[in-house]
Amino acid sequence: MQDMQKKRLPLRRRAYAAAMIALMGAAVILTCALTVFFIGYVLSKGLPNITWELLSTSPSYLKETVGILPDIRNTLVIVLATLVIVLPFGVGAAVYLNEYAENRRLVSLIEYAAETLSGIPSIIYGLVGMLVFQQFLGMQTSLLCGALTLAIMNLPTILRNTQESLKTVPQAYREGAFGLGAGKWRTIRTVVLPGCVDGIITGCILAVGRILGESAALLFTAGFAHALNGCLGLMSSGATLTVALYVYAKEQGEFGVAFAIAAILMVMTVLMDLAAVLVGRFFEKRRNA
Amino acid sequence: MSDCLTVKDLCLWYGDTQALKNITMNIKERSITALIGPSGCGKSTFLKTLNRMNDLVSGVRVTGEVRYRGEDIYGKGVDVNELRRRVGMVFQKPNPFPMSIYDNIAYGPRTHGVKGRARLDDIVERALRDAAIWDEVKDRLRTSALGLSGGPQQRLCIARALAVEPDVLLMDEPTSALDPISTSRIEELTMELKERYTVVIVTHNMQQAVRISDTTAFFLLGELIECADTERMFSRPEDKRTEDYITGRFG
Amino acid sequence: MKSKMHLGEDAIRGVFMLLGMVTVACVLLITVYLILAGVPAIREIGLGPFLLGRVWASTAAEPKFGILPFILTSLYGTAGAIVLGVPVGFFTAVYLAKVAGERTRRVVGAAVSLLAGIPSVVYGLVGMMVLVPGVRELFGLSDGASLFSAMVVLSVMILPSIVKMSLTALEAVPREYEDASLALGATPMETYFRVSVPAARSGIAAAVVLGVGRAIGEAMAVMMVSGNVANMPSLFQSVRFLTTAVASEMSYSAEGSLQRKALFSIALVLFLFIMLINAVLNALLKRSREG
Repeated sequence: MQDMQKKRLPLRRRAYAAAMIALMGAAVILTCALTVFFIGYVLSKGLPNITWELLSTSPSYLKETVGILPDIRNTLVIVLATLVIVLPFGVGAAVYLNEYAENRRLVSLIEYAAETLSGIPSIIYGLVGMLVFQQFLGMQTSLLCGALTLAIMNLPTILRNTQESLKTVPQAYREGAFGLGAGKWRTIRTVVLPGCVDGIITGCILAVGRILGESAALLFTAGFAHALNGCLGLMSSGATLTVALYVYAKEQGEFGVAFAIAAILMVMTVLMDLAAVLVGRFFEKRRNA
Repeated sequence: MSDCLTVKDLCLWYGDTQALKNITMNIKERSITALIGPSGCGKSTFLKTLNRMNDLVSGVRVTGEVRYRGEDIYGKGVDVNELRRRVGMVFQKPNPFPMSIYDNIAYGPRTHGVKGRARLDDIVERALRDAAIWDEVKDRLRTSALGLSGGPQQRLCIARALAVEPDVLLMDEPTSALDPISTSRIEELTMELKERYTVVIVTHNMQQAVRISDTTAFFLLGELIECADTERMFSRPEDKRTEDYITGRFG
Repeated sequence: MKSKMHLGEDAIRGVFMLLGMVTVACVLLITVYLILAGVPAIREIGLGPFLLGRVWASTAAEPKFGILPFILTSLYGTAGAIVLGVPVGFFTAVYLAKVAGERTRRVVGAAVSLLAGIPSVVYGLVGMMVLVPGVRELFGLSDGASLFSAMVVLSVMILPSIVKMSLTALEAVPREYEDASLALGATPMETYFRVSVPAARSGIAAAVVLGVGRAIGEAMAVMMVSGNVANMPSLFQSVRFLTTAVASEMSYSAEGSLQRKALFSIALVLFLFIMLINAVLNALLKRSREG
C-alpha cells in the first residue's frame, strides 16, 4: 500500500480545484479593481475642478459661472431635516417593538412593514412623496417635502439599528431599575435608551450616507433649483448635490462640475463609512471596558 | 495481527504550547483502540494527527512520525485527501450535511470520482446496511438528513465515513452527545465494524472503553502514560497515575 | 397614586404603539396611493393594451400607452445584471468567507462597502463618461447608450449587496460540515463549493433576489446610460426602463393628463414587481435563518 505518494490527486479533481481558485481570484481582483478604478477615476477627474469659487458661490447666468454653494446648503438642510423627522418615529417604533409589544403578530406586522419599506425603490418614494405631500397636502416642491419623503425611506434603517442595539442592553439593567421602583417609562428613559445610543448613531450615519446619495426620490419632491432662497430654504425648491450632479451632467453638459460634485460625494461616502466603523469600535470598547 | 498505524516520538505544538509530548504507540489492525484521559489531555488532538485533521488548525506544528502501513503520513508529497479517505473520521457531534440522506452517503464516493446511478445506489445501500441504519431510512433516502434524531444521525455519519471504503475509522467521542440507548447501538455497531476496519475511539467514558476496546491508551497532560491490552490495563494498571484515573480519583 | 401612575404609563405605551404603527401606516399609504393613482389610467387604456401594447407614444397626436417595451427592458436589464454581477459577487464572497486571511478580508470588505455607498448618480456619471463611449467603440455603434451599458452599470451596483449577503450566509455555515467533508478526503475547494455553498443556498438565493430588487428599482444611473428611447428592448439599442419611464416624463407631464396618470400606472406595475420580489426574499430569508 505504499502508494499514497505516487498516487496524486486525479487530474479531474486537480483541475476542479484550480478552476475554482482561478474563478475566485478573478472575481476578487475584478471587485477590487472596480473599486480602485471608481475612486481613482472620480477623484482624478473631480478634485482638479474643485475651486473655492465653485464651493462658495451660487450659479450666475449673467457671469456664466457655476457654483454649488446652494446645493451644499440644500444637502445639509435635507440631511438635518430628515434626521429630525425620522428619529422619533424610528427610535419610538424600535422601543415599542423591543420594550412594550406583547402581541407577536403586531410585532411581525411592523417588522414586515419595515422590510417592505426598505425594499421599495426610491423612484417610487419620489412619486408617492409628490402625490401625498404636494397633491394631497398642498405643499410646494420644497426641501421639507423632500425631507419628509426621505424620512419615510430611512425609517427602516433607524428602526432596525436601534432595535438591534436595544436587544444588547442587558435585561439586568431593566430589572435593576424596576427593582428600585422605577416605572416602565422611567426605566426606558434612564436606562434603556442611553444603552442603545450606539445603535441610534450607527443608524443615523447609515441614513446620512443614504440621503447624501439619494436622487430619484428628490427629483419630484425637493426639485432642482440652484438658488439660495431664505436662510434655510426649507419651504423652497432646491437641488441637493446628487440632483445637481445629475442636472449638470445630463441636462447641461457641465461635466467638470459634475465630476467635482462626484468627488465631493465620494469623499463624503468614505468619511461616512469610516465614521460608522469608528463609532462601532468606540462603543464596542466602551461596552467591554 | 500486524500494526496498521505506528507512531514514534510524536510532538505537537499549538503556537508555543506543547499539546502532545513524545507519543510512541502502535495501533493494531482490525481491533478497537480506545484513547482515554481527562479533558485537555490531548487524546482528541492525538486522534486528529492520525488523519492530519490538525493541519486545518492554524499555528499547529508536528514533529516525529506517524506511519500508516509503513508510510510516513507527514512525509513529503503525501496526498492528504487520499490519506483521509483511507483514515476516516466520525465526530463528537453528529454532523450530517444539510442534504438528503442519500446525498450525504453519496458525497464521499462522488468526490472520489464514482459515477453512475446504479453504482452509487449500491454503495449507499451497502454503507447504510453496514452502519445498521438501512431499515430505518430506506423509505426516505431523499428526505433531509437533518430530520433524523441524534442517534440515527450519528449512525448516518458512520455510514457516510464507510461509503468511501476506508481502512481505519477514527471516532472522536462519538456517543457523548447521545442518549444511553443510541449509545449502546453505536457501541454494538463499532464492535461489528472491527471485523473489517481498524477503529480508534476517543472516549470520556471508561465503561465504554472496557466494553468495546481491545487496547486502551491513557493520556495525561499531553503524554501517553500507558498503553496496554484493555483487560490488563483496567485490572492491573502499571502506572500509579493510570490507577488513580481509572479508579476515579481524578478527572 | 397608583392609578395616576398607571394612567401615565398607559398613555406613554399608547404613544410608542402609535410610533410603531407609523411604519405600517407608511406602507399602507404608499400602497393605497399608488393604487388610487395608478388604476384610472389602466381603466381608461385597458389592461391588455396597457401591459401588452408595444408602442409608447405619450405625446403623439394620437397617443399610445403600451408599456411592454418598459416591462421587457426592465426584465432583460435585470437578468443581464444578474448574469454579469452574480458570478463575480458569488465567487468573491466564497473567497472572502473561506479562503482569505483576516487582512485580505478586511481590505476587500472595506472596498465592497465603499462600492455600496457610492451614489447612483456617480455610477451614472462614470457610466456615461467611460462605459458608454467604450461600448460605442468596442461594438462599432453610433451611440453606446444602450441596454447593454445599463446591464453593466447595474451589475456593478448590485455587486456589493450580493457579496455582503452571500458572505453572511457562508459565514454562518457550521464548521462541522466542512470538517466532515475534509475528513472524507475532499479537497478544501470541493468542500467549499459542494458542502458550504449548498448549505448556504437559501441565503445566497436571497442575495440574488435582493440584487434583482435593487436592479429593477434603480432609476438614475440607468437613465444616464440607457439612452432613454421607448424601443422594444435590444441589447445595443437605446431603451427605457419602467423606472426611467416614470422619471423622464414626470417633470413635463401636465397634472391630470392621461400621460401623467399612465406614469402612475407604470409606477404601480413596478411596485407590484417589487412586492413580489420582497415576498420571495422574505420567504428565502426565513428559510435561511431556520437552517
